[in-house]
Amino acid sequence: MLDILLPSLADGLLLGFVYGLAAMGLTLIWGVMDVINLSHGPIIALGMYGIYLTFTNLGLNPYLAIILVAIAGLLLGVLIYGVAVHRVINAPHLSTLLATFSVNMILIGIGTAVFTTTPRNIDFSLGSVTMGPITLPGKRIAAALAALLVTGLLYLFLYRSRPGKHIRAVTDNRAAAELMGIRSSMILALSFGLGTMLAAISGGLIATFFPFTILSGGGYELKSFVIGVLGGLGNPLGALLGGLILGALEGIIPVFMKTTWVPVLEFILFVLILLIRPSGLLGKKS
Amino acid sequence: MRKESWKLLSLFALLALVAASCAQAPAESATFTIGFTASITGKYEVSSAAQVNAFTMWMDEINAAGGIELGDGSIITFDTVFYDDESNTERVQELYTRLATEDNADFLISPYSSGLTAAAAVIAEQYGKVMITTGAASDETYQAGYTHVFQTYTPSSRYLTGAIDHLGTIDPSVTKIAFVYENDKFSTGVVTAAKDYAESLGYEVVLFEGYDSETVDFAPFINKIEAAAPEAIMGGGHRVDGKAFALQLYEKGLPINYFAVLVAPPEPEFAELGDAALGVIGPSQWEPLAAFTPESAADAGLEWFGVLGADFTENYIAAFDAEPSYHAAGGYAAGLILEKAIRDADSIDPEALKTALEAMDILTFYGRIKFDTTPESHGLQIGHDMVYIQWQMVDGTLAKQVVWPLEGATAETIYPIYE
Repeated sequence: MLDILLPSLADGLLLGFVYGLAAMGLTLIWGVMDVINLSHGPIIALGMYGIYLTFTNLGLNPYLAIILVAIAGLLLGVLIYGVAVHRVINAPHLSTLLATFSVNMILIGIGTAVFTTTPRNIDFSLGSVTMGPITLPGKRIAAALAALLVTGLLYLFLYRSRPGKHIRAVTDNRAAAELMGIRSSMILALSFGLGTMLAAISGGLIATFFPFTILSGGGYELKSFVIGVLGGLGNPLGALLGGLILGALEGIIPVFMKTTWVPVLEFILFVLILLIRPSGLLGKKS
Repeated sequence: MRKESWKLLSLFALLALVAASCAQAPAESATFTIGFTASITGKYEVSSAAQVNAFTMWMDEINAAGGIELGDGSIITFDTVFYDDESNTERVQELYTRLATEDNADFLISPYSSGLTAAAAVIAEQYGKVMITTGAASDETYQAGYTHVFQTYTPSSRYLTGAIDHLGTIDPSVTKIAFVYENDKFSTGVVTAAKDYAESLGYEVVLFEGYDSETVDFAPFINKIEAAAPEAIMGGGHRVDGKAFALQLYEKGLPINYFAVLVAPPEPEFAELGDAALGVIGPSQWEPLAAFTPESAADAGLEWFGVLGADFTENYIAAFDAEPSYHAAGGYAAGLILEKAIRDADSIDPEALKTALEAMDILTFYGRIKFDTTPESHGLQIGHDMVYIQWQMVDGTLAKQVVWPLEGATAETIYPIYE
């Protein structure tokens, strides 16, 4: 049993870092502006295509290409905010849900037309590392390290930089922040951009080890919701913790039962967290 | 007298005029409307597009050649009515009802995939419309008592049985097989039949487990496979998961001798896996390499019908700038079957077409076409067989080779694939 449990747990945890990064993007947007971004999935998928296109057409190393994907994700997020979210930011939640859902449909429609739904992958190898019964593909280790690095940089940005502090101020109390001279519109646009940037980066990292289509982001978007609730909506560190818990569950559950039970147990956990601790494991108590 | 002669002359002139007009009357022509849905959006978009493109190519070729002339001199040309089913079963039911009732389609072609086709078949049967299915391999649709639905694909119950025969031929010492498959109608049907067949031959099935359709992380399965230590792995489901499974199995470096997965390997983009594609085997309904010809038809005692495979491939590439997949070949074959049925029936009456389809036994570029006519499995494809391809290195480039059946093989099997 242990010879299956250990490698499965290790595989799951490594994947959990990337899940956490994807969820961090969703939870940042939620935390700052109370917007559930339903265009999160296709942005993850666009991140995948960003890496694929730069790798296959320009021969760029995927981990260098992540920087380009991050910049493109940030700009795309600011654009989406300006076009679809800004005007409805103070409207009821349903309006922002519908606005981001519309963006989701537009991106999937354009993506399907441009890329079709032919599955793509990146033919790129980093070998594998064997430690006793555990064999870990190098690409998953690299993705986990990259996810940790991005999380660290995000924390430095949020806690050490002036725009980061402004984001936290707007998160705490937008009206008070505006009274202190912070231009909340700019900060909201930046936050949305950062959220989509994280989604795009996670998509890019996933593309290094899983095949994908333009529809592939949907599954990660759903996981991001579960992770967000698990870790605490609005808390990036909570998202990382939630990602690791989800990854570990995905690794461990199939050892004891059929993999079809994984989503059942994940969503039972989702409901339990909502009932017992609605603010999530690391969320602020209301 | 002169008056009577004038009358007689007038009568002759009138008769001559009528006779002349009858002789010069253009043959009556009719437009035959074919209804179907295409997955223009959603997860089946690529496979569906290939199927529809090739079917439309068949129709355009027939119309350009002046249509089909029946024995009474009437000319049948073709037109289509189709909608986007969004790869969604509910949309299929709604749209096929519309095709049958509002659009009055004369004949139906199925959507792509077994699930969508099962939904369409109910409607076709309900409204008495003859439907040729393509892109749909599930057996169950033809075991529901329908009499108007006819299958082009080799049924899923025979998708992987050939791989088991192939494995037994190249290495009779193999005893343990693992099946890991997508939990959908098609894949479950395939592996259940393959498992029964393998066990009947004395193989031990050491793992038999399904995964959800969106699965791309195969690490939990690969760890289970490693513990069960099979010599051969079979299963898969569709394009994304099949690629993901092959890639991760390769990266984990398990000592597997034989690996056959559904649907993904015959697709050209499978080569993007690079070294991970090498040695992977996949069943295919048709391959451009497959050499069915009028001569092989004569050898088999069958009637040959339609174009040569090389011509189909050339025309498809010219029209769509892409090599045809078996989904495309299936779409074109559906058109050929309809054409042959109309020619044999010498009619477009649905009951006459149904009778012609039931009697059909032909060889085309796509392979043999013959339908089961028993009440238990009416319309099930019993003539067509799968070919099995393996990705091999040919002149430094990854290329598909036919490795089974042996009479159609273009290369020896790479075995074992991972040492």
